[in-house]
Amino acid sequence: MNFDAVSLVLIIPLVAAALLAVLPEYKLSSRVNVLASALTLGAALSLIAHRPPTTRYFLVDDLNIVFIVLNTFVGFTTSVFSASYIAHEVETGKLTSGLLRFYHALYQIMLFGMNLALVTNNIGLMWVAVELATLSTVVLVGVYRTPEAIEAAWKYFILGSVGIALALFGTTLVYAAARPVVGAGLNGMVWTELLPHAAALDPALMNIAFIFLLLGYGTKAGLFPLHAWLPDAHAEGPTPVSAVLSGLLLNVALYAILRFKILFAANPHVIPPGPLMAVVGLVTAVFASFMLYPRYDIKRMFAYSSIEHMGIITFAFGIGGALANFAGLLQMVMHSLTKSAIFFSVGHVSQAKGTQKMEDIRGLTESHPLLGWGLVLGVVAIVGMPPLGVFMSEFLTLSSAFARAPWLAAPLVLALLVAFGAIMRHTHKMAFGPVQGSVKPSRASYIPMFIHLAIVFAAGVFIPAAVAVWFKHVAKILG
Amino acid sequence: MGVMDYNIAHMLAGGLMLASLMMLYQKRLYALINIYALQAFLLALAVAWQAALQHAPQLYITALIALLFKALLIPFALHRIVARLHIHRKIETVIGTGPVMLSGMALVALAMDVMLKAAAHTALLEREDLAFALAVLLLGLLMMVTRRNAVSQIIGFLSLENGLILAAAGTKGMPFMVEISIAFSILVAFIVIGLFLFRIRERFDTVDLRALDDFRGEWRLAEAFSGEPSYESGDEIS
Repeated sequence: MNFDAVSLVLIIPLVAAALLAVLPEYKLSSRVNVLASALTLGAALSLIAHRPPTTRYFLVDDLNIVFIVLNTFVGFTTSVFSASYIAHEVETGKLTSGLLRFYHALYQIMLFGMNLALVTNNIGLMWVAVELATLSTVVLVGVYRTPEAIEAAWKYFILGSVGIALALFGTTLVYAAARPVVGAGLNGMVWTELLPHAAALDPALMNIAFIFLLLGYGTKAGLFPLHAWLPDAHAEGPTPVSAVLSGLLLNVALYAILRFKILFAANPHVIPPGPLMAVVGLVTAVFASFMLYPRYDIKRMFAYSSIEHMGIITFAFGIGGALANFAGLLQMVMHSLTKSAIFFSVGHVSQAKGTQKMEDIRGLTESHPLLGWGLVLGVVAIVGMPPLGVFMSEFLTLSSAFARAPWLAAPLVLALLVAFGAIMRHTHKMAFGPVQGSVKPSRASYIPMFIHLAIVFAAGVFIPAAVAVWFKHVAKILG
Repeated sequence: MGVMDYNIAHMLAGGLMLASLMMLYQKRLYALINIYALQAFLLALAVAWQAALQHAPQLYITALIALLFKALLIPFALHRIVARLHIHRKIETVIGTGPVMLSGMALVALAMDVMLKAAAHTALLEREDLAFALAVLLLGLLMMVTRRNAVSQIIGFLSLENGLILAAAGTKGMPFMVEISIAFSILVAFIVIGLFLFRIRERFDTVDLRALDDFRGEWRLAEAFSGEPSYESGDEIS
């Protein structure tokens, strides 16, 4: 096997993980972590220029390259944020160097798992990769080892395991449907073999398979009703982990659902997967938007906001058609960037203030201007204020919903407005008004946060023609 | 495939489902663990039988993993954990054996009805394996939601996973069988180690988590009204 870019995207995190597991000094290892993530990003970017040939194990096409680049990019910026975040955690004695070795190694294993899930051409391997990514995040969530962190990790673990089990049953059923057509053995699990034969697959088996796949991978994507792990996992784990959970892992799960959606939509005898996804997405969005109000913990609030956005994105892909798919894709990218930027800010804020309780965080723009304004900008972006990227994608989702299924658009508007009100209300109190809590300056790395925000702002005003053409092409693939 | 071959495969798969049904009404943890071990043993036999029928040597590895890991090591570790946590005398009040058994039977009927129709075009044995597997899976889920104790919740998950391996082994020529069973073994090992290290006794419920919810600073509003800590019911709906 020659070292093409695909193998580099996988090998770099693995080698880095092995290295980080033995490096004793946390300052050095956080730099190695950044370096490895940067190299992976470089390898992923080179995939744009030069696509490796499709094999039975690996596939790089227009759809997954968006995910790979986004994944490695946010993985890289989060590693930069993580370096300054953990420096503070070590100073305050919350993490020891032994735990940090563990932390850094698992961070890279998680990136490996997600990258593998994205580049693989095989539904079985994808399942194993998603499981690997989940397991490593479970341990990362519980890394503080406080009772709350262990509870959160355990809950995530159990719900995640049930999800992964359901997804495997779905995968088995897809294979059972494919075997008579494609033939026994490996080919029955290869995307590029399955897709041309999609119309010939047994529709009855496929119908049941999609239910299990949607529930299984939907658990990971934080879709209602199996989302209960998500707020806990976000709130109790280290903030860099919250950022990658929201920014990346949810996307990977969504990617799995999308791949299967393409497969199922290509079979005219199967119940169309779109409406099912639209309904699940809509319920998720409405539910999460109402859950945003009674929140007291800042990370929990943004976790619910992630659930809401996943709902909207799933809804957009469920509605389908060129416009809604474009909107879903754009929203997914914008949400990843914005939400991780928010978590970068929230991480430093909660370190500076020594608390995650919103009640004790007041007057941020005065006490920590850069962090405070960064948070405000991130929130303005995430609630979908014009002219930012999220506004554009939500506007497109809504307008295509109005065009295709107007009666579904009304609850979506409700969800958006409720979420807007809830998040603005909480943020307003935190950002402005008399200062409360610690005012000691924070040694934060602002660069990742502002790079993300700059992209989100730029995308709202102007999307480069090449990117727009590309996204439109992907939207067409998604059907 | 002869009639006898088919009958043996059928009996083993049915035995798995029967073990799942038996687990539903066990009130003592040791008995529960023993039945889980029996189910894992039956799984090992069923997978080995499939290996012989399909001439698929890699399935023997899966069977061996099931035998050593699931039928011997895991039950042994669970016995130790139950003794360590001093919950061996505990009698679990399940929601009520009657309703649980009735729901269990309803789930079995559902699984049979759905799978036998859906898989109507596949080979007879494969169809029945999938139907039994779905039944085992649903019964495992039922057990996870009706039990209060973390160990019995875990056993629910483990039995669910036995169903998955049965389904995957019964589907002819399924690739990655060994990888999948190893991946699951790692998952299960994680679970058991987690139980052991963190001494998790109660499952982290979503219904009456009052004591645990206090940690999260999510009860302040209710406290303001009632004067005592309580939790917000809206938070946890799963």
